[in-house]
Amino acid sequence: MNVPSQTDLSKEKAAPELATDDAIEKGLEKLTPERIKTVINQVIEKETGARLKTYVTTCMRCGLCSEACSYYLSNDKDPRFSPAAKVKQTIWEMIDKRGEVSKDFLRRAVRIAYLQCNVCRRCSMYCPFGIDIAYMMLIVRRICHKLGITPLYIQDTVNSHSATLNQMWVKEDEWIDTLQWQEEDARDEFETLRIPLDKRGADIMYSVIAPEPKFQAGLLYQAATIMHAAGINWTMPSMPGWDNSNMAMFTGDNEISGRIARTFFEAAADLGVKKIVMGECGHAFRSTYDVGNRWVSWAMPPFEVVHALEFYHDLFTQGRLKVQEKFTKKVTLHDPCNVSRGRGLHDKAREVVNMICTDFVEMTPNREHNYCCGAGGGVINCGPPYKKERMVNNRVKAEQLAATGAEVLIAPCHNCHSGIEDIIHHYDLNMEIKFLGDIIYETMEKNVYVPGE
Amino acid sequence: MNGFIDFIMGPLVWISLLIFVIGLIARVWIIVAEIKKKEAYIFSYLTLYHSLRSIGAWLIPFFPRSTRQRPWYYGISYVFHLLILVIPLFVSAHIVLVEEAFRVSWPALNDGLADAGTVVVIAALIFFAVRRIKEPDVKYLTSAMDYLLLFMVGLPFVTGFLAYHQVFDAMWPGAYDYITILHILSGEMVLIMIPFSRFSHMVTAPLTRAYTGSEFGNVRQAKDW
Repeated sequence: MNVPSQTDLSKEKAAPELATDDAIEKGLEKLTPERIKTVINQVIEKETGARLKTYVTTCMRCGLCSEACSYYLSNDKDPRFSPAAKVKQTIWEMIDKRGEVSKDFLRRAVRIAYLQCNVCRRCSMYCPFGIDIAYMMLIVRRICHKLGITPLYIQDTVNSHSATLNQMWVKEDEWIDTLQWQEEDARDEFETLRIPLDKRGADIMYSVIAPEPKFQAGLLYQAATIMHAAGINWTMPSMPGWDNSNMAMFTGDNEISGRIARTFFEAAADLGVKKIVMGECGHAFRSTYDVGNRWVSWAMPPFEVVHALEFYHDLFTQGRLKVQEKFTKKVTLHDPCNVSRGRGLHDKAREVVNMICTDFVEMTPNREHNYCCGAGGGVINCGPPYKKERMVNNRVKAEQLAATGAEVLIAPCHNCHSGIEDIIHHYDLNMEIKFLGDIIYETMEKNVYVPGE
Repeated sequence: MNGFIDFIMGPLVWISLLIFVIGLIARVWIIVAEIKKKEAYIFSYLTLYHSLRSIGAWLIPFFPRSTRQRPWYYGISYVFHLLILVIPLFVSAHIVLVEEAFRVSWPALNDGLADAGTVVVIAALIFFAVRRIKEPDVKYLTSAMDYLLLFMVGLPFVTGFLAYHQVFDAMWPGAYDYITILHILSGEMVLIMIPFSRFSHMVTAPLTRAYTGSEFGNVRQAKDW
């Protein structure tokens, strides 16, 4: 296997200010100093409180968060990429100057908050006081959103959420048609397989992110076969609410973020399901388990929300799924922030990997301490203009992956998956990347579970 | 002059102690009141168990991963924090003063030990200052205030050390009195500063830790160390 040495990887330096983004520039053109000041102060005074103030006045500027950040590590410890430095360059100055900041300052603030932070919260595990720096970056994004200077591509996904309640402008008939197409194909393998739409009273509502019907329909196929083989009484909604993704949560558009979460839970309530199972996506889990529910005033989600990792674990431990032949290539596992740091599922993930693979090797660091994919938190959704810097900004991931010597990387999260796929190609890592579901589908016994048999 | 000494050894002791105690209570009070008013959700997630779990984990030397990655910094920092609490409370000269005034006393630290501890505190402060100058990421974050805070913590320890050893008395008879005055005044200044500066992290850091510990432990079912 072609493993590049550390020195090869470190040749590239960041060129962080090169990319351009019309949406940011046009948004900045429209702003006046008064408008900037009003919006910043309004957000800080009306939408934050003791939490932000205490974070700002408790931070001792010790720099211990620096080494938590993959951007800092990937950019040869450039001090501007330290988590606390990102706070200093954004919200501290907004507070100090009472909102009287320049457009150049804001151009830099957008760059820092949307493109140099994945809000992965690793740094709050390295701050001795547990200061939540991701929260402060999200406040900066909220301000940028209200100022109308959100990066173009991610704003488009929010526009789609707003108009269609899914992230990718998927039309209702396209959604249903895609499911029927996958159902038809899957019937070659399982004669009686159904993708039951709007089945009231089903045990489980299965939900996915819009990119699945848009360009990864094979994942729907796999999920349907797993559900069928495990004998699950499941359904998917035909109406809005089927998409559990939530980019608005990452642009600072909390109002739309709340609408998305409400629609999602209402779909489950309308169907009268017992619980919600979701595909291998991290940010969507964060939205439905941790963030979106709060915006619609549920301290915890009104339904049991089960991530695919935990669901697979249940299926295997309950004997509903059986492995025909284990996967033999050498695999490693990437712990997505939103299901490890965000839900503590890393140990179950390992158990599942070991149930289906013969040769599993850890990457270091791992579990809650794993390095970020560099794509999540909306960063990859800011689109092609920023792809090059995204690659430079996550050199440390490439080094971490190369050191495992694994042939296959399992990344059980959509953002991680897409982001690391780019990393693998960019750094010529010669690694295959898979979802956990890909391997389960490959290795499972293709017959239908019947209780008691 | 005697009137001034009486003032700093009498009323100002009380004033500074009151400002210190009431100031810190007020800090916490204001934070809690503001949370109740604007961010009551925080209380929905805060649990005593997860708060204490997180604070406890971070009090154990080299238990959290990040502390093991920076053994020198955390080692020095643990010792420093312990000493700046222990030395002022247990140095024999302070206990004697309290005993003279109130007839209460408690076991004192051995003078040699207290002296060595003082040197360690001063050395640690020099280490923190050098780190602020030398390490690019820390330098980037540092402002004049950070040096002022280091200087203010250092002053009572440096003057205490000089007074104990009566260092300048040989060349400048009477220096002891001035150094002692500076020692008392600087100690009182630090007490007064605590609630109004980032020194208040002595009460606010457990709060931020508790909330993060609760979010990690209670909601996300993950460790935060």
